[in-house]
Amino acid sequence: MSARSHARAGDVAWGRMTKVNGELFALTYGAMVKRLLEDHSEIDEVNEHLEKMGYNIGIRLVDEFLAKSGLPPCSGFVETAEVVAKVAFRMFLGVTADVTGWNPEGTVFSLLLADNPLAEFVELPRQYRTLSYSNILCGVLRGALEMIQYRVEVQFVRDVLRGDDVNELRVELKEIMNEEMSEEYKED
Amino acid sequence: MEHRRSIFDRDISRSRADVSLSAFGFLFSELVQQIQREAESINDLEGQLEQIGYGVGVKVLELLAARDRRNFRHKHKLVPCLRFVSTTLWRYLFGKDADRLEKSSEHDNEYYIHEQEPLTNMFISVPREYGALNCAAYTAGIVCGVLDTSGFTAKVQAVTIEEPGEVDKTVYVVKFDE
Repeated sequence: MSARSHARAGDVAWGRMTKVNGELFALTYGAMVKRLLEDHSEIDEVNEHLEKMGYNIGIRLVDEFLAKSGLPPCSGFVETAEVVAKVAFRMFLGVTADVTGWNPEGTVFSLLLADNPLAEFVELPRQYRTLSYSNILCGVLRGALEMIQYRVEVQFVRDVLRGDDVNELRVELKEIMNEEMSEEYKED
Repeated sequence: MEHRRSIFDRDISRSRADVSLSAFGFLFSELVQQIQREAESINDLEGQLEQIGYGVGVKVLELLAARDRRNFRHKHKLVPCLRFVSTTLWRYLFGKDADRLEKSSEHDNEYYIHEQEPLTNMFISVPREYGALNCAAYTAGIVCGVLDTSGFTAKVQAVTIEEPGEVDKTVYVVKFDE
């Protein structure tokens, strides 16, 4: 599939989704982060917690994505990256990301997100400068990709809320998992 | 000295674009699960949802007021304020008015806002053990935050009304202090 058709598929999928107020979404997320900051003494714990929450979401979200995107299976990790950026982000969050920074082996890439719906109205005070506010996205990606057999690690390496120009998520493929057949399916 | 662009330079009159209902649903489900893990009872769970909603309500009212500075008037009387809640606020949050606003015929200072299918309840399937849990407690909190910021102290509770032969609906019971 070409880049243009991915973008078109994204627009079509987005068009079909029921929409809600993005500010209610952002404010709800903000309230949740605030609560986590109150419950944890270490900011790293909050970052981890957000990632785990994202993971729980990701493993369920992928089913909806596969059902509603109407796309054929991707031809590999490279195409998967494009579909995530142009179709998945678009469908769920209404925004698109750009895929860049591939390593020569084709196992590491970056997603650049100019517009982050989670971070609306947010400014990080000094004491929270190590908070990865939108870390839930890292978990969502990890969970979703795991369900399609890609074990990845995702890091928020650049964050507009921390003063960078753009939001950058670095996705690193660790392992392509093979589906294991359980005992009962083994031939005798 | 270089002026770093801060959040205060941003134009808030342009409102944020929509996201998918699914995204909200996933986020809200996860929020409820987080609270549920530590909550000691259904009341505790609902109370925490209300508390979280309260903070959002305060912000939403400030936002709506700041955005429509020319036309927005804080409602200093109770009924106009409630009407604002069940129409303008509801439309902002959920894209439509609340189903009905009514005054209690039995209790003083008590009003009811009806909602057939709260957004918050679309993604939560309440298991039997949780009985009367109503996640619209979150919305109740938002309403409470809005009312409080408008100068009206009230208790707002999301109550499930079972209607025989029909889908359960939610009624927000708004009880004002004297």
